[in-house]
Amino acid sequence: MTVTAPGQAATGAAAAPTGAIQGRGPWRLAWDRLRRDPAAIGSATVIVLFAVTAVAAPAVAHAVGHGPGDQYTDLGLTTAGLPVGPSRRFLLGTDNLGRDLLVRVAYGARISLLVGVAATLLATVAGVVVGLVAGYFGGMVDLVLARFMDVVLSFPYLLFAIALVSVHGPSLAITIGVIAFFSWAAIGRIVRGQTLSIREQEYIEASWSVGSGPVRVMFVEILPNLLAPVIVLATLLVPTAIVFEATLSFLGLGVAPPTATWGGMLSDSLAFYQVAWWFPLFPGLALLAVTLAFNLLGDSVRDALDPGGRPAASG
Amino acid sequence: MLRFLAHRLLLGLLVLWIVSVAVFVLFFVTPHDPARLIAGRLATPQTVALVNHRLGLDRPLLEQYGGFVWRVLHGDLGYSYYSSAPVRQLLLSRLPVTVSLSLGAAVLWLVAGVGVGVAAARRPRSLTDRAGTVFVLTGLSMPTFLVGLLLIYFLFFRLHLAGIDLFPAGGYVPLTQDPAGWVQHLLLPWITLAVVIAATYSRLTRSSLLEVLGQDYIRTARSKGLSESRVVYRHGLRSALTPVVTQLGIDLGGLLGGVIVTEQVFGLPGLGQLAWQSVTNQDLPVIIGTVLVASLFIVVANILVDLSYAVLDPRVRLA
Repeated sequence: MTVTAPGQAATGAAAAPTGAIQGRGPWRLAWDRLRRDPAAIGSATVIVLFAVTAVAAPAVAHAVGHGPGDQYTDLGLTTAGLPVGPSRRFLLGTDNLGRDLLVRVAYGARISLLVGVAATLLATVAGVVVGLVAGYFGGMVDLVLARFMDVVLSFPYLLFAIALVSVHGPSLAITIGVIAFFSWAAIGRIVRGQTLSIREQEYIEASWSVGSGPVRVMFVEILPNLLAPVIVLATLLVPTAIVFEATLSFLGLGVAPPTATWGGMLSDSLAFYQVAWWFPLFPGLALLAVTLAFNLLGDSVRDALDPGGRPAASG
Repeated sequence: MLRFLAHRLLLGLLVLWIVSVAVFVLFFVTPHDPARLIAGRLATPQTVALVNHRLGLDRPLLEQYGGFVWRVLHGDLGYSYYSSAPVRQLLLSRLPVTVSLSLGAAVLWLVAGVGVGVAAARRPRSLTDRAGTVFVLTGLSMPTFLVGLLLIYFLFFRLHLAGIDLFPAGGYVPLTQDPAGWVQHLLLPWITLAVVIAATYSRLTRSSLLEVLGQDYIRTARSKGLSESRVVYRHGLRSALTPVVTQLGIDLGGLLGGVIVTEQVFGLPGLGQLAWQSVTNQDLPVIIGTVLVASLFIVVANILVDLSYAVLDPRVRLA
């Protein structure tokens, strides 16, 4: 199925223990591979940095003495009422209302990471449960659930998200809910496919024969064998969710305005990029760094869990 | 084959039906008052009641929905609350913009995506391959609007400052009116979409081509003494492109219903912009129209993709 490049064997050998021979489970091996992957380390570091920034956003605000909503109409704006550039007082400059960009970028990290992680968790749990149930029970249950996933996947989702938000008003909960609702089916479909084939294996029959109920078979016998692809999908779903949130906020339909979001800041900066390059630059960079880091990490996790799967594995 | 087609068509109709119900419920169960919106703030209750009556909003919900479906089946999508123009006419007037945007971008992202994918697959783990990976990851990580902003900043604003006005910052000129202007206005939006979407194609092409190149018949072709490029392009790429065609169908289906973000960033008067405007104006008939049209494109594209499987790969049996 795959092309085994010459370097492949070397990668495997490098991951093998050098000293005493000891048994290692597949998870341990994957973890070891991940720890040795510079891309994984680098992207994980970036993610941790942003997570710390998000948690410590109030501390950042306190340290520079500017709140995320404080408008410095005198010092934070030029006499013409335009944003001022990076300086000792405002390290990353100010926005169109004279607010400190550094503080707002830090607060924006909270929304992006919160939405990314919360939506991914919701979507993953829903996708795994629905996929397992559909694949395990088969028959009518599978028919209905699989069709339902098809329907969700063929919704014009951005359009629908916009319509939903416009009716209910923008809020954090709606944003997370909308993203989760349009993401779970992709995971569900893959889990269902895998479950369909795993269900036919003999150890499942063995489990039935000793009297295991459906819940036990699904979650104790089948689920562990699905974890690897689910982890990879979930890691790659986080940046998608973050981009989705930024897009909604950019269109003015994400989290409501006084709250700092990267997408909202970029939207505000549209009218000012010609005179204030820092205004779109910093939220844009932050957004790009986080999504890039999650995508890189997702790739590395995939390589670590399935080293033969992608010959591009860093060798 | 016929059974398969009937099955797909039924599923497609099911999707459209569910979408129509979902949109209908979304806007009718939630408290909002289009009549008051139309009649204005100072309208008397009588005026509002009159508007409600004219729009048919005073009838029972099921009856309204029934009437709505009946009219849609007859090609009548109603009239905009906002501009009173027929929804069908609004949709048709916006369609050429979105079609121009989607198809032009598709050409770009196919060339770029497949090109990068092939280059990477021919020399896995090489510098080219790594550069390809960077290209893919950047494309996957960039929100569409960010790419659009970057292009506007560098290719419009910086060039403009330098005294070169190659591209306008936005707007649209019909192809029939001014072909050169059409390209000029659409080039930046095309690149924007292509940068974001090409990443998926290059990843797909790369993994699919690598898999194909490892197969026995490729070894046979090489051992016959065929040139490497003939092996890669004639024998390998042809069968490696099946997933690319699938993805193309899915993406085009999704885009043709409206390219909301790109149209918004570049001020293109397409279906996506219409959808966004109608949502902001709470213009229910137009919202329903755009959502239905968007779903229709997706459904049709999915059916075409399934059919193309059978055409491209004779091994696929349509059950």
